Amino acid sequence: MSADPQPAEPPVPVGAPVLEVRGVTKRFGALAVLRGIDLVLRQGEVLGLVGDNGAGKSTLVKILSGFHAQDGGELLLEGERVSFNSVEAARSHGIETVYQDLALIPQLPVYQNLFLGHEVTRLGPIRFLDKREMRKLARQYLDDINVNVPSVDAEAAELSGGQRQAIAVARAVRAARKILLLDEPLAAMGARESRLIINLVKDLASSGRVSIIVIDHNYAHLFELCDRINVMQGGRITIDQQVHETSLEELTELMVSSYRRQLEEVQNAGA
Amino acid sequence: MGRRVLRVFLYQRELTPIVITIALFAYFTIRAGSTFTGSLSLSSAAGYAGPIGAIAVGEVLLLVLAEIDLSAGQVFLFCPWVMYWAHNDGLPLVLAIVIALLAACAVGAINGLITVRLNVPSFVTTLATNFILYGVVLVGSNDAQGSPIPLSGGTSFISQLMGSWKWAEILWVVAITIVLGALLTRTRFGVRIVATGGNLVGAAEAGVPIRRVKVWCFVICSFVAGLVGIVDAVKYGTLDPGNFGVDYILYAIGACVIGGTALTGGRGTVLGALIGAILIGLLEDGLTLIGVSTNEFFIWVGVVIILAMALNVQFDRLIARSRGR
Repeated sequence: MSADPQPAEPPVPVGAPVLEVRGVTKRFGALAVLRGIDLVLRQGEVLGLVGDNGAGKSTLVKILSGFHAQDGGELLLEGERVSFNSVEAARSHGIETVYQDLALIPQLPVYQNLFLGHEVTRLGPIRFLDKREMRKLARQYLDDINVNVPSVDAEAAELSGGQRQAIAVARAVRAARKILLLDEPLAAMGARESRLIINLVKDLASSGRVSIIVIDHNYAHLFELCDRINVMQGGRITIDQQVHETSLEELTELMVSSYRRQLEEVQNAGA
Repeated sequence: MGRRVLRVFLYQRELTPIVITIALFAYFTIRAGSTFTGSLSLSSAAGYAGPIGAIAVGEVLLLVLAEIDLSAGQVFLFCPWVMYWAHNDGLPLVLAIVIALLAACAVGAINGLITVRLNVPSFVTTLATNFILYGVVLVGSNDAQGSPIPLSGGTSFISQLMGSWKWAEILWVVAITIVLGALLTRTRFGVRIVATGGNLVGAAEAGVPIRRVKVWCFVICSFVAGLVGIVDAVKYGTLDPGNFGVDYILYAIGACVIGGTALTGGRGTVLGALIGAILIGLLEDGLTLIGVSTNEFFIWVGVVIILAMALNVQFDRLIARSRGR
């Protein structure tokens, strides 16, 4: 297992689709959460995903990360059909995720959380941890990206909310080789920490080798970070706008009229 | 300075029971002198501590996972029966031992698979396998004692190693403690155990194969209990079908708790479990020697377990409260 994933050349040219979601559906019991999602993520792009609570954003992210299996539809990664039956499988395709709940282990030290799933191990049949190397790399990396923690040996339980969030984002940013999925990476963060995460994501995006999907409720952040914004309403993508071709006002207007249309559909169906 | 000392005790949970065990040792040495420190007394303490420790050090892995194996005590008793039956049926001894160990692993795998696939709480799964194994021994032995156990009382190296030497069992347990301790604290698998027990959903989201980790830990716990069960049977030379494994498992869980493992998941120490077993062994041996009745021993075990658990919980709270410093 490599300690530091080497930046590979973009396997597909910038702008070509790296991930295509076609007609993906998902139900939880009687509840249809995703009703046919069509979405394209292009190489080197930052795609913002907005929508109400319950619109299905997190569910979509969890399907892309391999945590949930979709019921219908297909995923194409660089043009090839893929199906992830585990988080490990998605990760092996270079997809990393920051979940809303952060997925940190309170009882593990910072450096082990940072390397969770990508531990540095010594050669041999038994995967012995190279703790010294992991500590060193963790210190270096957190220094590079200006994340302050009391110590890399401090348990995650000892960190503040913002610090924990920074560790979770840093873990995914560090390991992502192809696609980075961020589910509300800035929630509950102070201004300084938000800035730090935004810069981290921007740096990664400008390298052009990783494509990013980010869910956030803060439109100012999204307009700063994203190339394109997709709106999810009722389990579907209803609006797809390039950020430089739209404004916050226009997007809001589009969302309102889309809601109105949906409402009318429901009323007509009821009549 | 005081804070630094506290921090060491907070994170090195086995330190507290080590200090208590040393104090206990000193107390009994003062009260009973050479009767207590003599080889006879200490080997009898080791005799109490061995089975408890063997089961406890495997159990810790499951407690860290926020699971439990109540059948490990019965596996400890069941495994030598399998060896005995296989050997009586004419199989060579080595093969009989291998089959017995495989049977132990199979019990662990069944415990694990029922727990993770059918979502039966491990408390219930292993409660059931505990009864089943007890029944299998009673039925299979036809209520007759198993005796003599192959290897038992021999002077060959293999016989001495497998339990005839009076220190063999406790040395096996110490060796297993070292192996499992390294597994939990120094390997990727150990990180996965702590991650799964500390934050089940988070670990799964981070790509830890939580089900596989759990099943393997059930297998390891059973295997260790079965292995030392064979050594214990060779040591005593007879098998009593009426022995009930729950006696062992309750002491073993007590030893884990005394050793600094809370049952809340995500935290635990293998070394602590062995220390806990030794503490119970010394208590049983020492109290007998200073003329306290066996009945009083149970009261003391209970008191120690409660105090240890209260301390574990307080330590966890102190860690949580030190947040953000």
